[in-house]
Amino acid sequence: MSRYPFNISTFRGGIHPENDGKKLSKDVSIRTAPLFEYYNIALQQNIGAAPKWVVNVGDTVKKGQKIAEADGFVSAPLHAPTSGVVEKIEKCPGGMGICVETLVLKSDMLDEACEFYPRIDWKECAVEDLKQRIADCGIVGMGGAAFPTSVKLSVPPDKKITDLIINGAECEPYLTADHRLMLECPEKVLIGASIMGRILGIENVHIGVEMNKVDAIETLIEHNKPYNIDIIGLDVRYPQGAEKQIIYAVTKRKVPAGGLPMDAGAVVQNVATAVAIAEAVIEGKPLFERITTVTGEAVKTPGNWRLRIGTPLVKVLELAEGIVEEPAKIILGGPMMGFAQKSLNGSIQKNSGGLVLLPPSKVTQYSSSPCIRCGRCLNACPMNINPSYLGTVIENEKFDLAMNNNVMDCIECGACAYICPAHRPLVQHIRRAKAEIRSRMASQKQSVNKK
Amino acid sequence: MSEEIKEKSGIRMPSCDKLIVSSSPHIQSRSSVAGIMFKVIIALVPAMAASVYFFGFAALKLLVLTAFFCVAAEALWCMIAGKSVKTAIFDGSAVVSGLILAMNFSPATPWYVCLIGAFLAIWLGKQVFGGIGYNPFNPAIVARVALLIALPGLMTIWVPTTKMVETAQHGISQNEAYSRTFFSAADWRKLQDSVGKNASVDVVTCATPLSMVSEIPKNTDIGAKNVFSHIDNRTAWKNYFLGNVSGSLGETSTLAIIVGCFLLIIWKLINWRVPVFFVGTVFVFTGMINFFYPGITPSPVFHVLTGGLMLGAVFMATDMVTSPVTNRGSALFGVGCGLITSVIRIWGNYPEGVSFAILFMNALVPFIDKMFIRLPFGTPKKQGAGK
Repeated sequence: MSRYPFNISTFRGGIHPENDGKKLSKDVSIRTAPLFEYYNIALQQNIGAAPKWVVNVGDTVKKGQKIAEADGFVSAPLHAPTSGVVEKIEKCPGGMGICVETLVLKSDMLDEACEFYPRIDWKECAVEDLKQRIADCGIVGMGGAAFPTSVKLSVPPDKKITDLIINGAECEPYLTADHRLMLECPEKVLIGASIMGRILGIENVHIGVEMNKVDAIETLIEHNKPYNIDIIGLDVRYPQGAEKQIIYAVTKRKVPAGGLPMDAGAVVQNVATAVAIAEAVIEGKPLFERITTVTGEAVKTPGNWRLRIGTPLVKVLELAEGIVEEPAKIILGGPMMGFAQKSLNGSIQKNSGGLVLLPPSKVTQYSSSPCIRCGRCLNACPMNINPSYLGTVIENEKFDLAMNNNVMDCIECGACAYICPAHRPLVQHIRRAKAEIRSRMASQKQSVNKK
Repeated sequence: MSEEIKEKSGIRMPSCDKLIVSSSPHIQSRSSVAGIMFKVIIALVPAMAASVYFFGFAALKLLVLTAFFCVAAEALWCMIAGKSVKTAIFDGSAVVSGLILAMNFSPATPWYVCLIGAFLAIWLGKQVFGGIGYNPFNPAIVARVALLIALPGLMTIWVPTTKMVETAQHGISQNEAYSRTFFSAADWRKLQDSVGKNASVDVVTCATPLSMVSEIPKNTDIGAKNVFSHIDNRTAWKNYFLGNVSGSLGETSTLAIIVGCFLLIIWKLINWRVPVFFVGTVFVFTGMINFFYPGITPSPVFHVLTGGLMLGAVFMATDMVTSPVTNRGSALFGVGCGLITSVIRIWGNYPEGVSFAILFMNALVPFIDKMFIRLPFGTPKKQGAGK
């Protein structure tokens, strides 16, 4: 079952970067990184509550051993990436630019594994067991959001889910980790998808892949026979992989404004998450490694690496044989929505799909000029809001006007700021307004509560 | 500086001391305001070439002069206002305003009118509002309308095209000349006289098709239908379409402007709805009037091909800053421009109404934009109907 190649789906709006940088690494097979001496594991690697450490400084741990346990429902445990000694637990600069609690694991270079979870026959076992396994293995959304997957798969009884969409769009420029994963582990992608389909109790499982990865689509179709999953070609357009956009592209249903995907009867999961789920269920392996693209014109040998969570970014860059020119920006994640780093002190996290080093020629720092109302941001906006107008009113601190013009519906994809010929920081203005409005609403609530 | 490159077993690592840390997105498209303006200039090239072809060196002189004066006016304002002269000039908007303003001039316009026009366009039309992006009206139209009202004598000296002069030199009959070149009888005699005397044809004036239509009540010797039969027929249409017609530089070749229009649409610099609805409305409205009251106004084809309609619809109404941002708004804007243009042309005091129409609709743009506030993706069509 496949709609490809006769029906290419898409959403309204979006952009396509002139140079998507994917050719740097899309043909480079996934390689497994060697063992390193130190791993820095940040405590909070998921949206929601941070887990709690279950090991102390000086403890010896083995690969796959739980080192932090979930604290609450929306939380996810952490597992040791290799065997060694917990050297310290301290605040270190993390990938987001703020200091975060981090566990420094000194490897004993033996890479001894503890006993993983028992294998489960996913076709026969109870659905609750599968959900429990996903929670136990610390699986979070690996496309970037890092929302605990078990929570996303626990749908409230009043919502009816009809479609599961596995997101293989990988619309971020430069990143090719998901592409390689679909090419090299198609079975695991399909099994992971089927497992989630079984958990949700639905038949309609789709995998959406952008048409710049036709080889991945064909590989998936080749292996699809026993799974009968709907594999869909998606138009090459950013942000094709955004939740609301991919739901519309695949099912032609719109998530209500301000609503969640489940309000449109859909659940979206990344392909890397699907693979992690397949490994957790059929191999019993907890999430302690992931595929990350190390790329950018400044990198000597771009490629895709199987990296353990906590691998220091310096070591990651050494794998790519360093740089050929001084980068202007180091980005953890993709160039459209990732986080610019101020140093290489951070480490790989569960949601780090890429480490991109851009040379100065790719990161021109333009000075912004007044809006000339060309309307390109309006055409690019996948949420059909008016970034041009919002940018102007937010510049003048008119947050009420911004609020009335649907600023809160913005998904912060950055297509507007990408396309703006006047180089206006539109999405940045919008982020500022959203934060301001949220804090005002919170303080309003507080003052109401006091009364 | 030796610290900058850390060499580690032959691997070059970044120094990280000059990294740019900013909010995403980290890449930007290469398009720029200057790039957009450059493309608009390219799209103007066919129309400019046509004007030079039909009016000779005088047209080229006007184009260069007005553009230069506009840039000078922009630079002067920025110097006085303490703004960056370089950024203001290199965005190219002054050049575009200058070229479009020049397209509104008759080839016989004296240089000082260009100078006044340039300052009107840049200072009164743009900079008093805060410069590029903040002007509510198209600068070129502000200048054109101000000049038309202030210096009507200087703005309406129309001269024949070089092709018309050749026709006159070949000594064809007045009747033939009518059908080919649309002079009034008096103009025709003047032209023949000056050709006979080998005088410079620059000083010969003639009427434009639209001004002839508007002057019909004064022409007691020829009735309206008689004039229409001379200026509104297939031969005349062909001349209007190719550009062999008196008028301002941009009023000559409809064909050249359509080429420019296609370029602008392909490059996504204008919303096609503005010119299409603008011209379409004029066609339909004048067509209806012409159908029911044939003596009042010439055919819709005549209206579309003559005067500044094409220039206005393609290059002036579509000005990004002063036209609506939404698609439905653009369509409404085009219809409004078309209606006002037709009404002024048919019943107004002026022979041409395009610039007044655009100026008026420019003023309404903020309201049009408010009328069509976009609903975010996923908003139910009847918002709040159930509440």
